[in-house]
Amino acid sequence: MTVLIDKKTKIIIQGFTGKMGTFHAEEMVKYGSNVVGGVTPGKGGIKHLNLPVFNTVKEAVKNTGASASILFVPPAFAADSAMEAADSGIKICVAIVDGIPSHDMIKIKRYMRRYSRTEKMTLIGPNCAGVISPGKSMLGIMPGHIYKEGKVGIIGRSGTLGYEAAQQLKNLNIGVSTSVGIGGDPINGSSFKDIIEKFEQDEETDAVLMIGEIGGPQEVAAGKFAKENMKKPVIAYIAGLTAPKGRVMGHAGAIVSAYGESAVEKVELLKECGVIISKNPSVMGETVKSALNGKKN
Amino acid sequence: MNIHEYQAKKILSGFGVSIPRGGIAYSPENAENKARELGGSKWVVKAQVHSGARGKAGGIIVCNSPLEVAQAADKLLGKKLVTNQTGPEGRITNRVYIEEATEIKKELYLGLVFDRSSESIMVVASTEGGMSVEEISKKKPETIIRSKIEVAVGMQKFQAREIAFGLKIEPNLIVRAADTIIGCYRAFSELDATMVEVNPLVISNQDQILALDCKMSFDNNALFRRNQVSELRDKTQENPNEVYASDRGLNYVSLDGNIGNIINGAGLAMASMDMIKLAGGEPANFLDVGGGATPEKIVKAFKLISMDKKVKVILVNIFAGINRCDWVAEGIVQALKKIEINVPIVIRLAGTNVDKGNQILKESKIKYIQANTLEDAANKAVKALVN
Repeated sequence: MTVLIDKKTKIIIQGFTGKMGTFHAEEMVKYGSNVVGGVTPGKGGIKHLNLPVFNTVKEAVKNTGASASILFVPPAFAADSAMEAADSGIKICVAIVDGIPSHDMIKIKRYMRRYSRTEKMTLIGPNCAGVISPGKSMLGIMPGHIYKEGKVGIIGRSGTLGYEAAQQLKNLNIGVSTSVGIGGDPINGSSFKDIIEKFEQDEETDAVLMIGEIGGPQEVAAGKFAKENMKKPVIAYIAGLTAPKGRVMGHAGAIVSAYGESAVEKVELLKECGVIISKNPSVMGETVKSALNGKKN
Repeated sequence: MNIHEYQAKKILSGFGVSIPRGGIAYSPENAENKARELGGSKWVVKAQVHSGARGKAGGIIVCNSPLEVAQAADKLLGKKLVTNQTGPEGRITNRVYIEEATEIKKELYLGLVFDRSSESIMVVASTEGGMSVEEISKKKPETIIRSKIEVAVGMQKFQAREIAFGLKIEPNLIVRAADTIIGCYRAFSELDATMVEVNPLVISNQDQILALDCKMSFDNNALFRRNQVSELRDKTQENPNEVYASDRGLNYVSLDGNIGNIINGAGLAMASMDMIKLAGGEPANFLDVGGGATPEKIVKAFKLISMDKKVKVILVNIFAGINRCDWVAEGIVQALKKIEINVPIVIRLAGTNVDKGNQILKESKIKYIQANTLEDAANKAVKALVN
């Protein structure tokens, strides 16, 4: 079992015929992802990249059996597209787009409450790089070749810092089971805890690397979950030691506004939960390596 | 995005929140006339800068005659007000707000923010108005009332009443207080705000419930659909380099150190700053040119950093993903042909085609220091500073 996606997962692209949608659909196909079509309202019936285009997500699901989607629609329309996916039986939806208003994110999450736990779609992002299970499938915009197949799960807010981690692991000959970018926004579809829970259940994952940053309560919530429920080692790095209080650092969610939200405080709280801390961003790989060795001994 | 006190008051009054009578002035004469227009015998002249704690910094002056109002305006206008929130550089006062003085019976605190744990809107209130919310939570935490509002249905009257009773408001004023609280909630939710703070919310000697001071912030991601709000932006209240950056699609925050940064991705940017600090240096800025790190963005970034006189070394750290290092390297070379940089530059490239990228930089004859890892880059930047 792979967390969230595997080789067979049928993927549709929402916002398929646009520039971004086209480019990344091609990259995903090249990687080996099972892209089966796309949706652009008003362009249903044509072929794009040799794949069928549909007017609605429901039609796409009905005709292709897709269970995953990835959104390349502008921020103003993204909430609508995510809710359409949720209502059409899509099981996992990745929202790459940066710039969705927070009020819209709350609206999506409230809308999804109508579904039972088993029917409910997993939303990843927004403002993220997506999901990759190396050697199996990529539902995202990352450079696939920097990820080696293996047994470390990665969860991170930032795209490029996640790449940095994957590269460090690869240089140490350590591979990745699945890497999930949960995005840099204050309100997101899936939290660190939501994903860490899936990794604990995943037979193909031996350890989890959590790459957090300043702002919000999510890293610590995941740490508390790990303390009470996890057998697998959890390694974490928190970015933003030098970030001033009350300023937004690039990601809309990266702002320290309460106790426990600065990098130093998060590190302290995570340590209390038994999480292994990577003391700086250039030793994320080595810290994972020694945690894995520790487990073997 | 932040707005001025008088703008926030005008917005809230549109949602049924009562405010003291007042008017904006741009000159001492203007201010004096406003005072006469308002009438009465006591006025407050308030510097309109994007900061709290203006009172302690001398930005709020109580006056007993229109002449005093003119003098107060003269004292504030055109000057920088330095508060404990503005940093030492302060913020320029280009307008003052003249308000009739209010006789205060009771000062309360009312704030609305997003609660990231419950993903709802949280109302925070206290009987101890006039202090900052940080101060209240330190000194009088027992007075704080919190109420989570379910955004799908909005704030209910009973919730507003509960808060009002919690604030020990007299029974005859409860309905008005509840309307005030609901008005603030509606402003928050209907205008894509991220913060509404009324501090203090006062009960006057005449039993009016008035927003005596207020602040509002808005979600930058939602400004596209809030034209009336985005028009209220006052760029004179922002760091000029930050304005330059945001107008060009760069995420930039000015900091106090002397190592300038050009990085792709917010997380990697924060991580690189951390490494600089661990290596014994201090970052001059946070700068995220976006995950893609396009040549156009890199040119803009070098231009922006070159405007910052504090910068003594520049650290470039780009992790090329879908874009390639050779393409990024060409962007850097192009940028350095266009913009003259007189400080050492440390460049670390990583990711797709890294060798090709480094090759291009080497052959370009630009003067730079090559670094291979994050740590290497930070150490070399700090070392370049010492040399």
